[in-house]
Amino acid sequence: MDLYADNILDHARHPHRKSPLPSPTVEHEERNASCGDTLTLQLTIEDGRVTDVGWAGDGCAISQAGMSLLSDELTGKTERELEALTKTDVLGLLGVDVGPRRLKCALLSLHALKNALHRWKKEPEQGWNETMG
Amino acid sequence: MIHARMSFDVSAIRRQFPLLSETADGRPPVYLDNAATTQKPRAMLDAMQSFYEHDNANPHRGMHILAERATDAYEGAREAVAGFLNAATPEEIVFTKNATESINIVARGLGAAWKKGDAVILTRLEHHSNVVPWLILKEEKGIELRWVDMDKDGHLDLSSLDSLLTDGNAKLVTVTALSNVLGIRPPLEEITRRAHAAGAPVLLDAAQSVAHHPTDVQALDCDFLAFSAHKLYGPTGIGILYGKASPLSRLPPLLGGGMMIKEVCEERYVPADIPARFEGGTPPVAEAVGFAAAIRWLGQYAWKDIEAHERKLLALAQKELLTVPGLTILGPQDVTERSGSLSFTVDGIHPHDLTHLLGERGICLRAGQHCTEPLHRHLKLMATTRLSVALYNTEEEIRAVAPAIREIQKQLRGK
Repeated sequence: MDLYADNILDHARHPHRKSPLPSPTVEHEERNASCGDTLTLQLTIEDGRVTDVGWAGDGCAISQAGMSLLSDELTGKTERELEALTKTDVLGLLGVDVGPRRLKCALLSLHALKNALHRWKKEPEQGWNETMG
Repeated sequence: MIHARMSFDVSAIRRQFPLLSETADGRPPVYLDNAATTQKPRAMLDAMQSFYEHDNANPHRGMHILAERATDAYEGAREAVAGFLNAATPEEIVFTKNATESINIVARGLGAAWKKGDAVILTRLEHHSNVVPWLILKEEKGIELRWVDMDKDGHLDLSSLDSLLTDGNAKLVTVTALSNVLGIRPPLEEITRRAHAAGAPVLLDAAQSVAHHPTDVQALDCDFLAFSAHKLYGPTGIGILYGKASPLSRLPPLLGGGMMIKEVCEERYVPADIPARFEGGTPPVAEAVGFAAAIRWLGQYAWKDIEAHERKLLALAQKELLTVPGLTILGPQDVTERSGSLSFTVDGIHPHDLTHLLGERGICLRAGQHCTEPLHRHLKLMATTRLSVALYNTEEEIRAVAPAIREIQKQLRGK
């Protein structure tokens, strides 16, 4: 399916949950150095479960739509469920053929999520190779 | 030697580039990403193929006839590059992997003797290849990076250069010969004159300029100069470091290995003279042959014809693009100050989306930060789109861009 499908463009034009949280438990910024996309993801985590999600960012339609789609999935998820999210899940949310050139754009949201979790757990950040799996 | 110049006929030139006649969906590509790499003429491809088919051996490493031919081919290529740059002798040309390695040879070589308090002067126009080697030295040695002031179009403030030079701590001035984003050409001879007056040697990153303007290292009076062959219609995997014989001879080698030595004992080694000192390991011989073939091929055309053709293309691109609503062109607006590249932003459209969708229409432009993050930060830009020309581009190709961008604006905005 066309990368610039209506669903993607809708999310890029009207992103979900793209507003700051008043007091997030954890906040993490990721940048895609080759193209300048940025995403800052905020999570409120209570009793090991996500209770609120907010984000800010700037970048191409694919990176921003990816974050918008993923942010809808996070509320209510446990730490373990978040850790289990993979590249395949995010590509499934996008539902289009991303192709190798735009893979990093598509997965910037997942990369931000994984490293937000690592930050919360005071673990070292993971590299792109791990996120790209 | 006086060469008869070929008349400048763009369609005849295009026919010599196999990739430019390939078609996708019945259309040949509109390739306007030449600042990233150029396409390759048949003469260059044939020369590399012929080397492998008839002359292949390891140069400087055998007494047999093929080794001799390979050595002649390799050293002949060095002479061709020396001629292209008007270097005083071929020994001043070191073959490297690319401009990045060339700059690293200078950085590691000069930097070996630097200490805290020493400084390098550079500009915000530099590509990461001429920023990161100095940042590595900053981390390792505590040297200082000093940035020459400039205006938003990339005009350098030479009085700022003078003030950065006054304390005498600057051990090098390094500057691009042509910005890969703004398309502006710093005043190299003036910069070199001022640096030398303050006792600082000069390194020029000529990666972007070599395909667009003649390069005369003796007229420039630079101490070092770097570029890659693939931006000059040659192959990837090979570039050069030019160094004046005397400063080059004082640099230690970057890579240790075969053929870069005079003598090796169990306890010590003596490095070879220039240029072999910097060419450890089997060099890219076929690439050197292709590099020389590209130089000879380009030499058929007069620089004034190439410059006039590319200036016409960039002037047309600027005129056409400015008709697109919300489009802003970066760098000097006076087209006579521009060369090679033209970068722009379009309100509300990320360059990634724009170039992806242009790509679907067969139009190849580059998007992103073009390995110039300090410049983008300085201009407060996240990313830009770049159109860059070569001698084979046509006015028709340039005219295809603005209408395609307008279509994409409609597509992305919906309705």
